[in-house]
Amino acid sequence: MITFIIRRLLSSIPVGVAVVVICFTLVRLAPGSPFSSERALDPVTKQMLEAKYRLTGSIPTQLFCYLSQVAKGDLGESLKYRGRSVVEIIGQSLPRSILLGSISFLISLGLGIPLGAWAAARNRDQVGSILNGLAILSLSVPTFILAPTTVLLFSFYFHLFPPAGWGEPSQLVLPAFALALPFVGVCARLVRSGLLETLGSDFIRTGRSKGLSEPKLVLLHALRPAILPLISYAGPLAAGILTGSLLIEETFAIPGVGQFFVSGVINRDVFLVSGVVLVYCAFLLFFNLVADWLTALLDPRIRLHS
Amino acid sequence: MKIRIFLIAFILIVGAAVIGPWLSPYGVSEVSSMRLASPSLTHWLGTDLHGRDLLTRLLYGGRISLLVGLVGASVSLLVGVAYGLTAGYLGGRIDNAMMRLVDTLYALPRIVLVIVLISLFDLKLKGFLDTTPFAFLAPHARLLLLFVALGLVEWLTLARIVRAQVLSIKERPFVLSSRLIGQTTPTILIRQILPQVFPIVLTYLTLALPAVILEESFLSFLGLGVQAPLASWGTLLADGASLLNPIHTPWWCIVFPSFALASSLLLLNFIGDQLKKDGR
Repeated sequence: MITFIIRRLLSSIPVGVAVVVICFTLVRLAPGSPFSSERALDPVTKQMLEAKYRLTGSIPTQLFCYLSQVAKGDLGESLKYRGRSVVEIIGQSLPRSILLGSISFLISLGLGIPLGAWAAARNRDQVGSILNGLAILSLSVPTFILAPTTVLLFSFYFHLFPPAGWGEPSQLVLPAFALALPFVGVCARLVRSGLLETLGSDFIRTGRSKGLSEPKLVLLHALRPAILPLISYAGPLAAGILTGSLLIEETFAIPGVGQFFVSGVINRDVFLVSGVVLVYCAFLLFFNLVADWLTALLDPRIRLHS
Repeated sequence: MKIRIFLIAFILIVGAAVIGPWLSPYGVSEVSSMRLASPSLTHWLGTDLHGRDLLTRLLYGGRISLLVGLVGASVSLLVGVAYGLTAGYLGGRIDNAMMRLVDTLYALPRIVLVIVLISLFDLKLKGFLDTTPFAFLAPHARLLLLFVALGLVEWLTLARIVRAQVLSIKERPFVLSSRLIGQTTPTILIRQILPQVFPIVLTYLTLALPAVILEESFLSFLGLGVQAPLASWGTLLADGASLLNPIHTPWWCIVFPSFALASSLLLLNFIGDQLKKDGR
């Protein structure tokens, strides 16, 4: 177990490095400079600024400087928000994004799994196909449609929830649901197809012939193996919720990490962008690790190898 | 049976997007003094902030959205099939290395990659196109880049699916016999194996199409995709969303673009779902 975790952590280091290298290079190759967004700077000032942030020389040298800095745990200083370090910015904004993301994550699983299980149990009749249609409907309506329409409906017409902002629990309701709903459909579809496959297998037939009731059969016996595809999807799901929140944060004026990322890309703020992408990547790898571990926990046939 | 209804409905949407803008009495960018007029007989779906007819703009935006979807999905199809075929057929170390690359690309947040790609190479491509005979394309550099970038992030899943198929197909007797009668590897790949994976590829196309349209609208919504004077369903929705305010929101500017986008995505997803079921 511990060797597995250590191995996985070691093998994820090259991925993280590759991601940062690609990202840093792309931002530095881009036209425009982080220092001359509003008015043209005179060359001397620009050179001094570049020297200060160690952005002189060829891109590989800059990259090497940056990577050795990152290895020491320092993500550099933001070029746009002068005087604030990237660690500080991420440290302040990431908890908000994580709170919003985890609520949405729980909503997606909490609604998606029962919906999928129900759809699979009623597969042969009309209810099943209606539920399946509902799942496709919810995954076809993207967050950026849900965000403005829910605000229009629930804040301005019915005055149920505040349209934007951060700090009160009621302000979380609309963004969390707008973020979660498409993933409810995805989860439901995965659980449904997993369950349909398991429900046809031998041990379920044996259970049924022993006289187990249908709900017991589904919940106690079939759900455990059927949920495996969903778990291996959890990594991309978490990443999807994190990147999806980028847009939700824009619409609902939530000062999360996504807003800083967008402004970072626009301002060519190379350290901020690389830092945020590194954090995203770390999350993705972490969730994949947890997903693999959970898979092995639920399915005794799978052994953890590297 | 069901699939036929969805197909017809989708073809109607495509047809409306292609023909509609010609039939409309209003121009796409035709400004009028009737700002934010609610739906009426003269403007069926109302007008936007600049007094432009929303229906005309929606039909026109549909052209761009569907075109981006089609080209993006085709790019992903070409890359994904070629990659999957090669990796699966060659096998061994090459296959291993090729699939590790796919895994790494999976680890990059895809939308992030597109955002970075587009906002960074837009001007470069524009400058480059100006020096070539294709200078007339330069104003649309961003759109071209969008096609390619979306296609390039969507191919990963298809490459995996095709590879898995090829792995099982290449052991079948008919591949061995074509080898024995002296067919070369490219011939075997194209004449023998490709037709076998074709049904899966077709199914995938109907699922990649909504995925690409979705990503295009997402980027346009953020202001990084299609740019004015061009319009897509994503930009129209973004325009509508920017008009949201507690006192008087022109609901038609949000509801109709949402409906156009969501119904197309829904139809395509239903078609893909049915095809997948039939394939099994």
